[in-house]
Amino acid sequence: MTDKKKSTVEDKPLFEERRDFLQMVTMAVGGVGAACVLWPFVDSMNPAADTLAESTVEVDISGIPPGEGKTVMWQGSPVFIRHRTPEEILYAQQVPVSDLLDPQSDSDRVKKPEWLVVIGVCTHLGCVPTGQKPTEPRGSYKGWLCPCHGSQFDISGRVCRGPAPLNLPVPPYTFMDDHTIKIGEES
Amino acid sequence: MAKTLYDNKIVQWIDTRLPVFTFIRHALQEYPTPKNLNFLWNTGSLAGITLLIMIVSGLTLAMHYSADPKEAFQSVERIMRDVNYGWLIRYIHMNGASFFFIIIYLHIFRGLYYGSYKSPRELLWIIGVLIFIMMMATAFMGYVLPWGQMSLWGAKVITNLFSAIPLVGDTIVHWILGGPTVGGPTLQRFFTLHYLLPFGIVGMVCLHLVALHQFGSNNPLGVECQHPSEQIPFHPYYTIKDLLGLSIYLILFSGVIFFAPNFFGEPENYNPANPLVTPLHIVPEWYFLPFYAILRSIPSKLGGVVMMFGAVFVLFLLPWLDRSKVRSATFRPLYRPLFWAFVLNCLILGWIGGKPPEGYYLIVGRLATAYYFFHFVILLPLLSLFERPKGVPESITAYYDRQKKG
Repeated sequence: MTDKKKSTVEDKPLFEERRDFLQMVTMAVGGVGAACVLWPFVDSMNPAADTLAESTVEVDISGIPPGEGKTVMWQGSPVFIRHRTPEEILYAQQVPVSDLLDPQSDSDRVKKPEWLVVIGVCTHLGCVPTGQKPTEPRGSYKGWLCPCHGSQFDISGRVCRGPAPLNLPVPPYTFMDDHTIKIGEES
Repeated sequence: MAKTLYDNKIVQWIDTRLPVFTFIRHALQEYPTPKNLNFLWNTGSLAGITLLIMIVSGLTLAMHYSADPKEAFQSVERIMRDVNYGWLIRYIHMNGASFFFIIIYLHIFRGLYYGSYKSPRELLWIIGVLIFIMMMATAFMGYVLPWGQMSLWGAKVITNLFSAIPLVGDTIVHWILGGPTVGGPTLQRFFTLHYLLPFGIVGMVCLHLVALHQFGSNNPLGVECQHPSEQIPFHPYYTIKDLLGLSIYLILFSGVIFFAPNFFGEPENYNPANPLVTPLHIVPEWYFLPFYAILRSIPSKLGGVVMMFGAVFVLFLLPWLDRSKVRSATFRPLYRPLFWAFVLNCLILGWIGGKPPEGYYLIVGRLATAYYFFHFVILLPLLSLFERPKGVPESITAYYDRQKKG
């Protein structure tokens, strides 16, 4: 009799343990429920289905003569497509990779040497470099010149003079046939 | 230094400088509440939660909505089809409006039954009526935004009401619309105001709560608490009761969202707005039907508008029209049946509002309109003279002791 009394005084009474348990279970279920309700609201801010459907663009490149380029929009950013001449290809391939700010060989940046495809957004602060039109300045490396802070890119889209830290990125793309490329999808 | 209630040092530090925790503690924890509140007292917290649901779902919708007449309808369809969970958020917002009004009407009728508008809670009641008016304006402008047929023609009909004002009517209508008729400028300003007003409502709700906590909640007996033993702290007693009510409410709400999302809606509004074709029956959303019935039952345009607005504004005067000192209808043998007659009359007005204004509908609508005002302006003041209240208890405790004894 006395033993029993002692144990109930020292330990938590059974009903209190039960209450703690119920409280924890309620809060856990409520928390999971709240998170589940929150998710649709968070997810609604992600790109919508129609926005995602616009994530690839097909470009006809047959009309671009060697030495010139074409700019197309892909996911809201300009993509530079350049038809390179044999001299330009040779130049791009001969640059010593170790001298570059962001070392990368030309062959890693193209699928076919005569076609260069890069995203035309300067990796410094996001300006669009000039050099796509024959009349625009291309800088001293035959590629592109950023008008904002003077970064210069070579004919492989690699940064040759800062402040841009990285090369112009190469988007995923696929040659559908000899004169069509699909930007946004890797083969 | 005064003893602090908080163990957490950071909470202590903040609360000494900015007593937010003390405020929350007073409002949601210690707030002494009558021990005998029934489930109708859930409607307050439910209305507050619905307001939050509407603001959160509205904010997410606004991120995808375009308030341009060329794009509005398409942008809503895009929300329904392409935006992640857009269908869910829009159905929440759309049906949330209906549920908001269901709760608010229950809340108002509870106040009418238990005399919650009487001294010293007149301002609490008046702030409530102001919130109700702001809600109606917000809901009306929100219904215009999807730019369907009902949106356009509903907006035309309602804004044209203001042209009934003598002399300056047309000028006012043009000022409201931003043009000769409902168009792009109207849509854009309605969107702006639809976005703004709910935050005004939040402010008014805060005032509503300040006024409520001044004298505390009324209760089903309508007698003030006279002893601490008649009160219980808000937490945990009413937090748990409110949570139970919320669970039931959310089950019903979800039921409509997932199984009958267009139950309260009008199919006509899924046709894009067309300024050249008027729908055969223009009906407002169900929560406006009683007022719409009053509008249409008066043969004069200006008279109809005045009576429709009067039907809401008469609520402001209610604390002084009902002169009976006894609050709860429980102890008012004449008021109690008349209250239910008034409820029935409101339902009749709602039913008439959805019918074409012709034949018997017109006659019933006119009688019901007359009774609506008769109730407030004639019956209530007279009642206080003739009615003999029955069995008003001297206190809450006395009432339940009497019940126990049988």
